[in-house]
Amino acid sequence: MKKLNIVVLVVIAIVIALLISQLGDFTTYETIKTAKAKEGKTVTVIAKLDKNTLHYDPVKNPNYLTFQVTDTLGERMAVAYYYEKPTDMEKSERIVLKGKMDKDGIFQIREQSGILLKCPSKYKDNPNAMKEDFSASR
Amino acid sequence: MTYTGEHLFPGQLGHFASVVSLVVSLIATFAFFKANRALIETEKKSWLKMARVAFFIEAAAVVTTIGCLYYILSNNLFEYYYAWSHSDKTLQTEYIFSCLWEGQEGSFLLWTFWHCLLGIIVIRKGGKWEAPVMTVVSFAQFCLATMIIGVYVFGLKIGSDPFLLMRQKGILDNAPVFIDQATGLFKQDYLKYLKDGQGLNATLQNYWMVIHPPILFLGFASTIVPFAYCFSGLMNKDHSWTKPALSWAAFSGGILSLGIMMGGAWAYESLNFGGYWAWDPVENASMVPWLIMVAGLHCNLVYNHSKYSLRTTYIFYILSFSFVLYSTFLTRSGILGDTSVHAFTGADMSAQLISFILVFFLPAMYLFFKNKNTMPTVKKEEELYSREFWMFIGSLVLFLSALMIIGQTSMPVFNKIFGTKIAQPEDPKFAYNKIQIFIAFVVGILTAITQFFKYKKSTGKQLAKSLTIPTVIALALTIIFCLIFKLDYYTHGAGFLVAIYLATFSALYAIVGNFSYIVAVLGGKIKTAGASVAHIGFGLLLFGVLISSSKELILSHNTTGIALFEKTDTEDPAENITLFKGVPIDMGKYMVTFMGDSMNTRDKQRVFTIHFKGKTNGEEFTLHPYWLKNNRQQEGYGATPDSKHYWNKDIYTYVSSWQQEGTDTTTFRPAELAVGDTTFYSNGMIVLNKVNVTQSATKMGSDSSMEMGLDMTVITKDGSKFPATPKVLIDKDKASVIADTVLAQGLVIRFNKVLNDKDGKLEIGVKESNSLNDSLTLKVIEFPLIGAVWLGVIVMVIGFFMSVFQGYRKLKQTKAAKQSVS
Repeated sequence: MKKLNIVVLVVIAIVIALLISQLGDFTTYETIKTAKAKEGKTVTVIAKLDKNTLHYDPVKNPNYLTFQVTDTLGERMAVAYYYEKPTDMEKSERIVLKGKMDKDGIFQIREQSGILLKCPSKYKDNPNAMKEDFSASR
Repeated sequence: MTYTGEHLFPGQLGHFASVVSLVVSLIATFAFFKANRALIETEKKSWLKMARVAFFIEAAAVVTTIGCLYYILSNNLFEYYYAWSHSDKTLQTEYIFSCLWEGQEGSFLLWTFWHCLLGIIVIRKGGKWEAPVMTVVSFAQFCLATMIIGVYVFGLKIGSDPFLLMRQKGILDNAPVFIDQATGLFKQDYLKYLKDGQGLNATLQNYWMVIHPPILFLGFASTIVPFAYCFSGLMNKDHSWTKPALSWAAFSGGILSLGIMMGGAWAYESLNFGGYWAWDPVENASMVPWLIMVAGLHCNLVYNHSKYSLRTTYIFYILSFSFVLYSTFLTRSGILGDTSVHAFTGADMSAQLISFILVFFLPAMYLFFKNKNTMPTVKKEEELYSREFWMFIGSLVLFLSALMIIGQTSMPVFNKIFGTKIAQPEDPKFAYNKIQIFIAFVVGILTAITQFFKYKKSTGKQLAKSLTIPTVIALALTIIFCLIFKLDYYTHGAGFLVAIYLATFSALYAIVGNFSYIVAVLGGKIKTAGASVAHIGFGLLLFGVLISSSKELILSHNTTGIALFEKTDTEDPAENITLFKGVPIDMGKYMVTFMGDSMNTRDKQRVFTIHFKGKTNGEEFTLHPYWLKNNRQQEGYGATPDSKHYWNKDIYTYVSSWQQEGTDTTTFRPAELAVGDTTFYSNGMIVLNKVNVTQSATKMGSDSSMEMGLDMTVITKDGSKFPATPKVLIDKDKASVIADTVLAQGLVIRFNKVLNDKDGKLEIGVKESNSLNDSLTLKVIEFPLIGAVWLGVIVMVIGFFMSVFQGYRKLKQTKAAKQSVS
């Protein structure tokens, strides 16, 4: 057998081994209900922010943000985040959350990248916003 | 019907030009193809002439299209959707180009434009490869032209027209302002009500965004040339293309490195994710073609010198371009929506984008497998002690790295195809780092030693002799650096720390090894040292990446003790610190003060002045991070960092939130105190030390006034002390109360009344408020040796360009030699 063939085989083996080891790292998309069932396991949840529950007081603690989210099935959960409030969070349409559910039912996010905001263009999602803007500009 | 104030001509001209470029590029493709096929010299010449004319017309049409779009943007013609959605009246002139390539259509135009320029170079210098290579380039031009044509064929949308008018777009249909109620049509003077555009996305209002996209797109565009040479080789069954393609591949590698890292510089200077690289899908998608291009470049060199590795050269060049197309699909189809921070516009062109990949990838692979068995191969196996063997291994490792990255990035694609629900890992950066660090280790070592091998065969003795000194120096440097910087990154365990040590060694080894190769083997002849220079740059880049990220240090640890933790959790990162205007706050190495803020109306920036004073060495500097007001599509602000650059580190800071002095609604809480007594507040206690009473005569001399001051100390939970002296002034019968504030604690203390004269009991009022003063929340990070990252990139790019000219000179020499022989 040629040396190069051996090398190629080894490389393929490494790729497969690495890919399999990666699988353990990946999280899964869950709804709030299934996330609650998987307490202590890192999961990804896509939900909508309840703007009234957003609480951030940088004077007291700039590294603590709490809020509640609801998902499309109507389930609700409380979320705790230990970094600064992402800019324009109130305007987000959808947020992607990555963290663990603790035993009190609070979704704990320990990584700064654990919140991903989706702020689509205002007019794309709300045609009325444009109407209002244009009426106001007159 | 004509509408008042509309400027239809630039749009019509631009659209006409884009149709012309579509048709003419198809003609050019056909003519170049025929020219390649023609056997009779005169026939070939006439086809070639026609093809060239078509290509030049195409280039002129593309320039016209871009010119029209630029005219529309710079003249604020908001009747056009593109101008309305990407620009506004207040936009600075220098950012008009950013607007131009902010949109999908504009970036396709940029890509096409570079193809035109590269095509012209191939026409001038391509020689016998001109016709087949230009067939591929012209066909790519045709495909790109369809992206901006904007027509519906059988209900399928082909491309998106940048010259669409607002009233054609349909978004005005719902707004009654524009509609004549009687007829239901647009008012004749509807434009009067369309006063301003949406403006450019705030994060793109940065000088890097004016230069980064053109360079990156030149990089993307340039990958087509090696691909086209491959394709030509397969069509014509002639494998001598590997000689001219070499310089093109080096050019592509150099420009791609520059473009990618300019994007990193933009992220570092303008975005606030705290760094230059985050393994975001968009970054990965641009890095993968680079990795494969560099792998291909090395295989190409191997083939030119030893006749090995021709097939892998083919595969890598084909894949590099195909992955550019794939990354176009990833970033423009909206499929990455849940995994990337970038905003994507899914312009429902997925089908078209997928066809764009397949129309190049499938024929190339078909031709490759058809010709595979007729390709020249060397029967004899590579020697273990030969340069070609280890270069091939290195290329394979680079390719492996690319596969791992694109595999992890493509999870959303797999989810879509297989209906799975796999999401990103909790720490996505580490998921990439823990694999890529070993790749970096292997690649670094190979970079250091491979050049010392000779093509065909070297002896172990020679090798040991030339490698001993660099190895010893690199080892010594590694130990010294690890001691100086105290690499102690235990966040991901001891195993990863060992990996960091290994990779640091390999980075230094790459620098030292290649440096000594230039000195010892090339004898300092810098003209032929392109590869070594690029390798030194790569080593430097790797070294900078390793040190700046493993020694990245959050400086803004909250040491004021203001924080009230609901849970006393040791895991709490606490990476932000709150500053009150004018109050110096203790932040580890520095005392920081929020001096004030100002509004820059031209650039729509709220600039914060933050003063830093070193506690040990007394050095002082001021940083100006700012907030940029977003355009109308997204309200609010985008935070932009500012850094203090030292030769060996950066102090990087941004304002993560900002509160203006607000209305105060909290009330004073009464507390009884005598001298020596204490009262508590939420974050500590307040001690009354003594009461100072001063009698003084007023100016009139007859009446006396009395001032009573309370000498108090506020002691916080963590032991910080602040003095406070609330006063009361008694003038005749009038008493005026002067409260004192402790800004850093958000505390207001005032004297209320004397409760009991005998035992000296007083009543004070205590108010805790968070709206006492302007305050902001700051994040400060120290990046040591980040300069090595940028320097490494620059050196690497210089090395790539030296290789381009080296290859070009060699090509000329062989041509001249051939001519002199004949």
